[in-house]
Amino acid sequence: MSTLAPPSERLWWKEPIEKVEILWIAIALSWGIVMFIMMPYWHVVGKQNLSNEAYKTTPEAFQKKAQAMVDKYTVRTEGERQFPVVRPPAGSDIYMVARLWDWWPIFELENGKSYRLHLSSMDWQHGFSLQPANINLQVLPGYEMVVTITPNKAGEYSVVCNEYCGIGHHKMVGKIYVKE
Amino acid sequence: MATTTEFRTCPDTGLLFHKPAEKLMKANAVVAVVFLLVGGILGLLVGLTRWPAVHLLGDSDFYLTLTAHGINVLIFWIIFFEIAVLYFTSSTLLKCRLATPRMAWLGFALMLIGAVANNIAVFQGNSSVMFTSYVPMPADPLFYLSLILFAVGALIGCFVFLGTLVVARAERTYEGSIPLVTFGALTAAIIAIFTIASGAIILIPTFLWSVGLISNVDPIMYRVIWWAFGHSSQQINVAAMVAVWYAVAAVGFGAKPLSEKVSRAAFLLYILFLQLASAHHILVDPGISSTWKIFNTSYAMYLAVLASMIHGLTVPGSIEAAQRKRGFNKGLFEWLRKAPWGNPAFSGVFLSLIIFGFLGGISGVVMGTEQINLIIHNTIYVPGHFHATVAAGTTLAFMALTYWLVPVLFRRDLIMAGLAKWQPYIFGIGMSGVALFMMGAGTLGVPRRHWDIAFSGGAMTHDFPTTAYTLLGLMGVSVVLAVIGGGLFVLIIVSSLLFGKRKSMTQKSAESLIVEPVTSYQGVGIGKMVAPGTFVLALVFLTAFVLYYFVNWKYLSETWGIS
Ligand code: HEM
Ligand SMILES: [Cu+2]
Ligand SMILES: [Cu+2]
Repeated sequence: MSTLAPPSERLWWKEPIEKVEILWIAIALSWGIVMFIMMPYWHVVGKQNLSNEAYKTTPEAFQKKAQAMVDKYTVRTEGERQFPVVRPPAGSDIYMVARLWDWWPIFELENGKSYRLHLSSMDWQHGFSLQPANINLQVLPGYEMVVTITPNKAGEYSVVCNEYCGIGHHKMVGKIYVKE
Repeated sequence: MATTTEFRTCPDTGLLFHKPAEKLMKANAVVAVVFLLVGGILGLLVGLTRWPAVHLLGDSDFYLTLTAHGINVLIFWIIFFEIAVLYFTSSTLLKCRLATPRMAWLGFALMLIGAVANNIAVFQGNSSVMFTSYVPMPADPLFYLSLILFAVGALIGCFVFLGTLVVARAERTYEGSIPLVTFGALTAAIIAIFTIASGAIILIPTFLWSVGLISNVDPIMYRVIWWAFGHSSQQINVAAMVAVWYAVAAVGFGAKPLSEKVSRAAFLLYILFLQLASAHHILVDPGISSTWKIFNTSYAMYLAVLASMIHGLTVPGSIEAAQRKRGFNKGLFEWLRKAPWGNPAFSGVFLSLIIFGFLGGISGVVMGTEQINLIIHNTIYVPGHFHATVAAGTTLAFMALTYWLVPVLFRRDLIMAGLAKWQPYIFGIGMSGVALFMMGAGTLGVPRRHWDIAFSGGAMTHDFPTTAYTLLGLMGVSVVLAVIGGGLFVLIIVSSLLFGKRKSMTQKSAESLIVEPVTSYQGVGIGKMVAPGTFVLALVFLTAFVLYYFVNWKYLSETWGIS
């Protein structure tokens, strides 16, 4: 019978399966397993994996750490709002504050060197979207996420906010400069 | 026991309609179409704003409209229609009275009040928080309260459905097991109950927080539980859509499933392997272990994806086998060439299947891969993906079913039948364009939910490549096409319901509305395969899937190192 009526064979679970179905299930299942293996495999050989290191924090505590770094490593300021440009030593911990509607401060990094980037929000949720490298991370208040980043090309990068965060969302842009 | 006067038999299809159930189906379906209309107009405004050359709305209007668009289509249109499908697949297909029609009306009323109140809250202007309403960005308390009311109403609908299954079994209105389509709807209802419970668990504390009774809702907890609702509810849509695919294969071709066992097992996989699907949405959130993410997005072998891949084969496969049995048995594709391409119920389902699979399915698995999500999360790729799954896939399937329901349920002739032939193609092509161009722009990093990618007025700006602007322009053109297609649907259906020639409640119509069921697939196909053409199409799909999957790993490997 059709799919709109009860199965005509009352013991439908004893009916044989069509060959085309078995074949396709075998193929699809194998492909699923390949896709599954790719993820742990990339953790071993790939260069883009999240460490998942994170801490509970508060806006005040995070702001304090960022301020200390800014006080220590600021090399100049930029723009009308005197945004600090920070050049931290390679390998160090760097703190980027997300707040309505800035990414603070600006960084100047060295190409090929690694930095431990800490991210947290002072208020609502924000989206760290590094362009044009196209790396996207969720930034939450109360949580401090740590990722080790290694730039692979010199140039000017922007941090666009890609989590909707209110009326200034489309003006929330920060900068990271990567020098040779 | 219900009295016989409470039933009518459709002279064309032989289906038995319980009159109180029929009224409920009509009410839910009509209200659903109204919300599609509202949501579609809002979608047009949003689309014309994201088209950089047009940039129609101002910033705060844009965010308000986007919030309203998402909720009206994703939640109100889809769920009202799903409730109609639940009543049809229980009461009508099981030839049974609907359990407690009064409760069903109560559910309907709550849903309607919730939906209207939510629109009021959003249009008052201080609830432009998007349908995800991530804490701690606050919305008006009415915003959360109205969604809770709607959810309670929908939950009542699910229980009326389950109750009807119980009544049917007790009153022996059918023999053996429930029909496959009802089984699919049951899958959807079970998932819906889990989902709505998660929604309540998170929205109730959020509501209390918004009125000041709770001091804080943890944002990670919110995201995990909210997405247990938000993502799993997409599995309701998939299950309901697949049930509609099977239903249309039956009424249009008399197709029976290739095998009941496989199709039912595939539905079961949806229930078993979705519980923590919220993992897909928190792949780049702080503090969640990779093991947890990898396991919960794939359960080691992508069994929910497997389920969709199975239905993707068995639905067209059963259509193929039924067509072959009717004599279109030549070569690989005669069955497809001779399919009723001018019948919007068939073309709608076929396009739904193709767009859902090729655009929505592949992109969904790719972006749900733990590491690849790094280059996709929150870009406009994401709405690109779900306009392929739910806006093209589910919506087209529901449109297709509606074309069949107009004569069968509403007993009206379709008017503008000539236009109706074209409607699924216009909407399907438009929506595919919307999805594809959004995905393209997302690959270039364009953010979602963003009023102005030129960042005018910002202290700092970023220059997106001109290709990104071109892609958004093409998306804008596709938006217009999709809205024309959606508008035609509403126009055709509403005017048919109002002005279509009434059909007799007792006399058979001239044209046939249901195809005699095929009883066996013996002797069709090529070699031992009953559906070789579908198998070839499935292999084409697999090739596209594999290529696209690895292309994205390559993109990922080219960006900065992250560890
Ligand atoms: C009628 C034609 C439609 C058009 C022109 C359209 C267009 C759009 C556009 C341009 C966006 C904005 C993307 C962004 O800026 O992030 C959007 C968002 C969205 N659309 Fe549609 N859409 C349509 C139909 C649908 C349907 C039928 C559904 C669901 C069943 C749907 C669900 C959504 C959702 C959930 C969002 C996301 C809202 C958010 O990010 O909060 N759309 N749509
Ligand atoms: Cu932001
Ligand atoms: Cu933002």
